[in-house]
Amino acid sequence: MNDRSHLDLETPDKTYLDSNELVINMGPQHPATHGVLRVILKLDGEKVLGTECVIGYLHRGVEKIAENRTYTMFNPYVDRMDYCAAVSNGLGYCEAVEKLMNVEAPPRAQYIRVILTELQRIASHQLWLGTHALDIGAMTPLFYTFRDREEILKIFEKYCGARLTTHAFRIGGCQYETYAGFEKDVKNFLTFFAPKIDEYEVLLTTNRIWLERTKNVGVISGPDCIALGVTGPVLRASGVKWDVRKAQPYANYKDFDFEIPVGTNGDTYDRYLVRMMEMRQSMRIVEQAVNGIPEGPIMGKVPKVIKPPVGEIYHSIEAPKGELGYFIVSDGSTQPYRLRVRPPSFVNLQALDVMVRGLLVADVVAVIGTIDIVLGEVDR
Amino acid sequence: MAEEVKSPAPPPPPQPQPAKTGPSGGPEGEQKPTAEKPVAAKPAAPAKPAAPAKPTGPVPVPWTSPMVEKHRSQYGSGLDPQTYLGQNYLTVDRSLIPDILRLLRDEEQFDYCVDITAAHYPKREKQFDVIWILYSFPRNERVRVKTQIADGASIQSSVSIWPTANWLEREVYDMFGIKFDGHPDLKRILLPDGWKGFPLRKDYGILQQDKEWVQINLGIESGQ
Repeated sequence: MNDRSHLDLETPDKTYLDSNELVINMGPQHPATHGVLRVILKLDGEKVLGTECVIGYLHRGVEKIAENRTYTMFNPYVDRMDYCAAVSNGLGYCEAVEKLMNVEAPPRAQYIRVILTELQRIASHQLWLGTHALDIGAMTPLFYTFRDREEILKIFEKYCGARLTTHAFRIGGCQYETYAGFEKDVKNFLTFFAPKIDEYEVLLTTNRIWLERTKNVGVISGPDCIALGVTGPVLRASGVKWDVRKAQPYANYKDFDFEIPVGTNGDTYDRYLVRMMEMRQSMRIVEQAVNGIPEGPIMGKVPKVIKPPVGEIYHSIEAPKGELGYFIVSDGSTQPYRLRVRPPSFVNLQALDVMVRGLLVADVVAVIGTIDIVLGEVDR
Repeated sequence: MAEEVKSPAPPPPPQPQPAKTGPSGGPEGEQKPTAEKPVAAKPAAPAKPAAPAKPTGPVPVPWTSPMVEKHRSQYGSGLDPQTYLGQNYLTVDRSLIPDILRLLRDEEQFDYCVDITAAHYPKREKQFDVIWILYSFPRNERVRVKTQIADGASIQSSVSIWPTANWLEREVYDMFGIKFDGHPDLKRILLPDGWKGFPLRKDYGILQQDKEWVQINLGIESGQ
């Protein structure tokens, strides 16, 4: 791990066979850029010499909004950053404010949180798999994953009334008690979903086209990932066994038995395998949590008006896409003085340039997919 | 229609404005005092300052560790290590920043730059706090490095230390207007190139940009 990365980000000047260098725009209105990402590609024929990402098309000024809202009012806004994993965003934010106020959610709330967050991780990976495979040309996984993701969204809907921007948690715990039959629904989902992952794998893992399109595509080494601040499944696929849930456990993750899947090659195929294994690990966590869910209150001792003491805090969680951090400066009032979101997608997207150099244009699509970005979070 | 919009319009402007001056005007002046006040005011009159006494709870305490001791002797008062709610941070003099950051990576193995951000305190002489959040994989430890700089002053870029700083510093520049010397491509990242002002400064009102845009592009008064 002490190997320093040697990133050479200079664009080569010589083009192949003296052909003219071509600069083209990919996006922002491109179906394979997963939103409004614009990538300026510098090409030599079909070979990528360099890229530049142009982002910000979806910038809403979330951090400025936070300074003009109370802590409670800002809570639903975080769902709109990574809208594919709203529950995880909410968990990070609520825990950060709780840490600042020095309170803790009661055990029952912690279990509910873990169950929903891990279900959200599965849902986020399903969405990633479906769209990523579709980008590469495999259409069936999209229908399969969306069919199965629906079951998770139904649980969310029954729990809190919303499917995507859930606002499931509150500062200090959860607002809603689980509905009658929640545990049964979650257990049913687990038995329903276990064979479905195998189904995805049958479609892709040994599929020759899939292998050709993903093996040795978008390779990035572990030291490069660290130097570029890349986290989440991308980091783990490069062989760095690091997960915030294990390294600096939050919520009650230390009560659960699970493993951190890692890859070896750091290519698109390994990132696929890592995420597939992560879905299985998430199921393990959900199973343990739903079987051990204790009785008790779901809301901690939190005042009606949230007024954290003067101070600052950084708290991060392992979101489906990587390390999601909140840095909050409190001036003792009801509004955050400064709230900074450390978005995993934003930082991970920086690695795109390193990963696609020397590849073909078609591979750029595969690499954008494999980083798993959500532009709502990149731009905030 | 425009008239109709106008008539309810006047009341709202005063409304958001106090709310705006609340967080922007009050806190930065009071931030330090509130931290110190309870200590000073407690013995004098415990009944009166009931409200400011509340946030006494956690107070930053000096942070001692072998790492800090090692470097403190070298840098002396330029380095102020503290810990708050179990999180360690170093308040560093601006001139020492490049040295300290490099030292943290090379000698103390803080190989992962999690985030670079800033905060604006318009009433202070040195208006900005620049904050680096670092993590060390071998030590499994986080540390924050903080420095204060004045408006218009620049700071050494850390792209050569952590390549990830590239976009993070661009965002700080975009939002606060803090310049990083030696950055390979310091330009706006989230906002369009022609954007005026730096939105996360406290004196940047949330309505001004909207009003101006509506006036120029639609030729009417903004309804906000």
